[in-house]
Amino acid sequence: MKYLANVTTIAMVPDKCTGCGMCLEVCPHNVFALQNKKAVIIDRDACMECGACANNCAFEAVSVDKGVGCAAAIINSIIYGGEPTCGCDTNASAGGCC
Amino acid sequence: MNELKLKLQPAKDVVSSPCSCSSTPGQKKPLPAWVVGTVNTPVGNVLKVTTEINQSERWEHVKCRASGFRNSYTVSPGLYAVGEPDKDAHVLVSANYKLSFDVLRRELKGLNVWVLVLDTKGINVWCAAGKGTFGTDELVRRITLAHLDKVVEHRKVIVPQLGAPGVSAHKVKQDTGFRVLYGPVNAKDIPAYLVAGCKASREMRTVGFSIIDRLVLTPMEINPAMKKYPLYALLVLGIFGLQPTGIIFKDAVLSGLPFLILGLITVFAGAFLTPVLLPFIPFKSFAIKGWIVGMLTTFLSMKLFGPQNTTLAIFTYIFFPLVSSYIALQFTGSTTFTGMSGVNKELKLGIPVYMFFGVVSVLALTVFKLNQWGVL
Repeated sequence: MKYLANVTTIAMVPDKCTGCGMCLEVCPHNVFALQNKKAVIIDRDACMECGACANNCAFEAVSVDKGVGCAAAIINSIIYGGEPTCGCDTNASAGGCC
Repeated sequence: MNELKLKLQPAKDVVSSPCSCSSTPGQKKPLPAWVVGTVNTPVGNVLKVTTEINQSERWEHVKCRASGFRNSYTVSPGLYAVGEPDKDAHVLVSANYKLSFDVLRRELKGLNVWVLVLDTKGINVWCAAGKGTFGTDELVRRITLAHLDKVVEHRKVIVPQLGAPGVSAHKVKQDTGFRVLYGPVNAKDIPAYLVAGCKASREMRTVGFSIIDRLVLTPMEINPAMKKYPLYALLVLGIFGLQPTGIIFKDAVLSGLPFLILGLITVFAGAFLTPVLLPFIPFKSFAIKGWIVGMLTTFLSMKLFGPQNTTLAIFTYIFFPLVSSYIALQFTGSTTFTGMSGVNKELKLGIPVYMFFGVVSVLALTVFKLNQWGVL
């Protein structure tokens, strides 16, 4: 199952990549592969911007605008301001996230 | 910053021990049923937990799936033992949402391992990792609080792969000396992962979204939508009962009833049918998926019991698929594959459409009422 194409903010700086393979390990959607001892993005549109790769790249070779892909959270942030976070902390949670 | 916090923590928080909970016997909290003893370590006793899930816990898990009960279903953070772990035993990291903790310990039958529970404010691993509460700082804090370096001789912790959005493995190593090994996505794969020498296959590393996964999420889609239903019902009865002479109860029920039923069907379309049939509905946009399903259910309802009046039919065909679309869009928060950029795009395009057709449907309804009263 894939979501909208050509929207993800994931980006790589190949020069910084050491080919350690950490991004391949943490990505839940097999976005990366190792080619010629470097990580490359092979399935861009599968990226859900969870941020696991960027967070675990010790060489800052991967970047992504990490965020919750949750309509309720984003609508709440538009109405009440602030960063979109899921409302799992409160009973007022609009969506079924978390 | 972390170090400061750690130093301020009293040592008795470190290891969970029934004796250290409270010094006054009168205030001693009863131990939960899933605690079956203690395991001795160089830094004190650690609570030992069973891998069995009992009947009442099963019922609690059902309640977690269907209600706000999940918001306060927690375990105390800290170190726990499963079986008879020793200084060489693996350390598995988990969240303090009891459902997450239970799903983990259920899979650990016959194993001797440590479980280090982070304080994620009762939220599951993946969502908490997204927020950062299941994160580097909290993991470093708990490793230190539990004196993990004295409990085990090795320097490895196994973190669920879905904790990776919050945890930076290299920073944890830097701060604690512990290497983060990312375990499988699903707890059920942990025994195989351990047997393979902490190696996860590609399947274990990939998150799915099966029909069962989607099905168990639907109650928490239906639930919030139904919270708004009483207000909707009141509005429907008010609008259809409203006559120049006052609110006529008979009119309210007779003309309002099809719309009360349509409301229920539409919640069902957006919050149940769309999530369950997700991969089989054309288009990638959740708003469009929900609209298609809502249009189908509205069409069928119109054939069966829909209003004969043209203006009302126009209202029905505009309003109900729109509501189904909006409800379906909320499901983006529960999937395993939707990202923020995509949802942003849907909302950017969707909100003006919802607003425009929302106004159009209100106008259609107004025209109908004015016609009914003979004003137009």
